[in-house]
Amino acid sequence: MTLLNVENLTLEFDTDEGRITAVDNVSFTLEPGEVMGLVGESGSGKSVTAKSIMKLNPENAVYAPGSKIELAIGNEQIDAMSLKTSRDMKVVRGGAVSMIFQEPMASFAPAITIGDQMVEQLLLHKNMTKKEASNLSVEMLERVGISDAPKRFKQYAFELSGGMRQRAMIAMALSTSPKLLIADEPTTALDVTIQAQVIDLMKDLVAEFGMGIIFITHDLGVIAQTADKVAVMYLGRIIEQGLVREVIRTPAHPYTQGLLHALPNLEDLDAPLTPVPGDIPSPLERPRGCVFHTRCPVAMAGRCDAEVPQMQNVGPDHWTACFAVEDQRMAS
Amino acid sequence: MSARRVMSSEPSGALAWDNVISVKDLAVHFPIGGGFLTPKLFVHAVEGVTLDIPRGSFFGLVGESGSGKTTLGRAMLKATPITRGHINYTDEEVSYDLAEIGKLELKDYRKRAQLIFQDPYAALSPRMTVRDIIAEPLEVMGLTENRQETDQRVREIAAKCRLNLEHLRRFPHAFSGGQRQRISIARALVSNPRFVVADESVAALDVSIQADVLNLLKSLQKELGLTFLFISHDLSVVAHICDHVAVMYLGRLVETAPTRDLFAAPRHPYTKALMSAIPSLDPDNRGKAQKLEGEIPSPTNPPPGCKFQTRCPHAIDICRKEEPKLEHLGLEHDVACHRWKELADSLAPAPA
Repeated sequence: MTLLNVENLTLEFDTDEGRITAVDNVSFTLEPGEVMGLVGESGSGKSVTAKSIMKLNPENAVYAPGSKIELAIGNEQIDAMSLKTSRDMKVVRGGAVSMIFQEPMASFAPAITIGDQMVEQLLLHKNMTKKEASNLSVEMLERVGISDAPKRFKQYAFELSGGMRQRAMIAMALSTSPKLLIADEPTTALDVTIQAQVIDLMKDLVAEFGMGIIFITHDLGVIAQTADKVAVMYLGRIIEQGLVREVIRTPAHPYTQGLLHALPNLEDLDAPLTPVPGDIPSPLERPRGCVFHTRCPVAMAGRCDAEVPQMQNVGPDHWTACFAVEDQRMAS
Repeated sequence: MSARRVMSSEPSGALAWDNVISVKDLAVHFPIGGGFLTPKLFVHAVEGVTLDIPRGSFFGLVGESGSGKTTLGRAMLKATPITRGHINYTDEEVSYDLAEIGKLELKDYRKRAQLIFQDPYAALSPRMTVRDIIAEPLEVMGLTENRQETDQRVREIAAKCRLNLEHLRRFPHAFSGGQRQRISIARALVSNPRFVVADESVAALDVSIQADVLNLLKSLQKELGLTFLFISHDLSVVAHICDHVAVMYLGRLVETAPTRDLFAAPRHPYTKALMSAIPSLDPDNRGKAQKLEGEIPSPTNPPPGCKFQTRCPHAIDICRKEEPKLEHLGLEHDVACHRWKELADSLAPAPA
């Protein structure tokens, strides 16, 4: 059974400067045990998309009618859009769905010990005594490779190093045995050698716990190493999605191609770095038609700036939304 | 007086300023804690670093957080006190020893050496127009005679950084990350420096923009004949833009070499681990990387012997006792490891 089904998710923010479209008609599904990468630059709407699953977006977020987020927890089907009060949302937040954030220092309370925070959420979500909760927490800390776990359990976040804090964050997120884990740039603030360790750890844990993961990152290398499938976002829209192998080996959308070219390639140090020309437009001045046409090398005047391209199949389990690709396929 | 004029007419003088920056046995220690009754402790942020930065090079400095790379960069700008050792700065006009530099000379040095910051969102005052931001160093240092001259200079450097007149009138909030970083670059270069430290200058930028800023830095370096110290945690970026690389670990220099040599044949186990930790873009090449255990030890309590021994897969007894010296192993390639030779031989293909 499909774990998560997001359909036509459209989200706007009401701001002083007007309505900003952050997520535009986004659809994807996630199976249990599957890792999906959500890639995009800052402002692409990847975090907002993930946060809407837990309804964590600020008050001024307006979900367009027709947006659908469905979660399958056990035999129960939960419609996340219908959850209104924070009491309703307890099933989702921290229970069936857990989240890991980018900056572990900012997501732990500084004046409460790691242990107390881990126990608190277990008491909220699980039918456990305090003793059971402490034991499970220490066990989880050990599972994620923290040495001397009973001592760390009693320490504060500032006493842990960056890599250890992120491990503790993962331990905490997994202790309620969620069905879905949302990891928002979990390795971005870490050093490369620590990042490699955390990526390994997450892969092990997926294999063991079998939950679905949405892995948000801007780093295509991290996606290639962790995810089964990937969705590339630009200005609130998914412009390409499919199996990781397909998307990274044969990127179809000009933006995905540009992103891959912009990455430094260690195999060929002489290859010039090719930036994607131009800057991301401000969300207040969202381009009409295809959102990428202002920076696209193959944009067609009169078409790309007027009509919105639809998702179409370009290979086994591989879709993209681009008129140029469409024409090419028609011609061949 | 530590400043002396280098006679440019002297033929042998040419060699004397081959290196813009020459660091000798540098140590930077910071006091921590210590009060009325408790003893004062010191963090050895940089310890015994010797390093030359050749004129006109794009010199990369790589390391993880806590490796001392930023402190070393700041010491080269005399933005942090120097505990021991020397840093010599030499250009065609002056030569300073930064460890003993006087107040007036330091003022002059500030024109010649500049810094580009990491976060273009924090580095620019939101209350100043872009023109004022770029002009500020000129005004503070009194480098121009009048407003016309300042404007002229600002326009010149802005054009080089691909900012137009319209941009100069606006405030920073109207700009994207890439544009802001170009403003920071223009501000750093407006005083016509010879030596520029770029501290993680593309780390906060998106990939699609990062390449653009890197290309700009590289072309400015060639056009203006600058020497860059490029501090970064990202080896793949350094591989593409720098001609020399120095790798730091826990305040020590562990390996330095021309970029090509370093990437073709890294000698220090830490450099090798850093390279293999870069996530590969190949989905079928998963988990083959050589992974390091543990984390970088705290600089307040560094391990004895080689600083890397706690995480090194090849550590033996001598590594735990003796700190390895930087050894010269060929053209400009230095490494500080007791076992580099042995490890290199064992990796070499066996003779037929």
